[in-house]
Amino acid sequence: MSKREVWSWLEKVPDPEIPVLTIVDLGIVRDVTVGDTVSVDIAPTYSGCPATEVIETSVRSALVENGVENPVVRRVLSPPWTTDWITEEGRRKLHEYGIAPPQKSTHIACPQCDSLNTEKVSEFGSTACKAAWRCLDCLEPFEYFKCL
Amino acid sequence: LVAGMPDLEEELANANFALDFLGQARMFYTYAGELEGNGRSEDDFAFLRDENEYHNLLLLERPVEHFGDSIAKLVLFETFYLAQLEALRNCDDGRIAEIATRAQKEVRYHLRHNSQWLVRLGDGTEESHARMQQSIDATWQFTGEMFTADEVDEVFANEFNGPDLAAIRERWHAEINDLLARATLTRPDDGWMASGGKTGRHTENFGYMLAEMQYLQRSHPGATW
Repeated sequence: MSKREVWSWLEKVPDPEIPVLTIVDLGIVRDVTVGDTVSVDIAPTYSGCPATEVIETSVRSALVENGVENPVVRRVLSPPWTTDWITEEGRRKLHEYGIAPPQKSTHIACPQCDSLNTEKVSEFGSTACKAAWRCLDCLEPFEYFKCL
Repeated sequence: LVAGMPDLEEELANANFALDFLGQARMFYTYAGELEGNGRSEDDFAFLRDENEYHNLLLLERPVEHFGDSIAKLVLFETFYLAQLEALRNCDDGRIAEIATRAQKEVRYHLRHNSQWLVRLGDGTEESHARMQQSIDATWQFTGEMFTADEVDEVFANEFNGPDLAAIRERWHAEINDLLARATLTRPDDGWMASGGKTGRHTENFGYMLAEMQYLQRSHPGATW
């Protein structure tokens, strides 16, 4: 098997908390090594993110299902994951799903109507990676993938 | 830590702080277990140690009676913790440096939120000002311990290029003075400071905290679900 094949399997592994994103979109797959076995390096997002273990299990199953014996899934801390690692494709998917992708700007566009007339409700949201916002034009609340 | 906040958003915020602290603790405990080499896991450190085997700061055992207590505790601790993590990024232990690099981003995010609350409550109504001041006054005597080096701090500073507590103390005082001034709060005098946490002598409240955290593993050893 080739590295490229392994990456194509990983591209099908969803993030358990935001299933519209794959772990490749999220930018947490750091390295794939194909040798006697296959090893995959995964960078955790937030220290306490409960999804980390679920992701490691999903990666292991994806490899086993594709015939890899005793795959190795390693957790690597550096370079640390930041939201800059989310791919363009990942940002597009987030927006389409209704989550505003991370932005350097303090003006966050509403993912429903694209208005910039929005306000922060809380810096913390339903998961470690999101903040709660609302749109003052279409009046919909929305989640913002916080920039870290 | 989580319940009893003034609104749902703050409870979410506190649940998020707790989750980050939990994740950071897990990484540190896992590493401690590897270094020790006796096969102890992160869970063994968390659930099976007795009170006097914990060497945490007394500040972190303070009971929270109202929101002001929570903000006082978090701002006073995290201003210290952030400076400590920033210093640990450059220490000679690669694994600790990695954990610190990860954790400091999270703590900086909390601290921004909690500092805003300190200013909002201090510079708010007469009632919020009085209660915030009372929380700061009551918590102050637990801050001195953060800067008192024990053997671990000294060995780590000297042999592993660890944090310089004197420098951190200076930075902490400057930042806290500035924040308290912005919050129109009076900085308490540095009087008698409580200590003992770092040598395993704790305040009464710690027993209740441990009981709540450990009772399941103590009553049903090895229980998993």
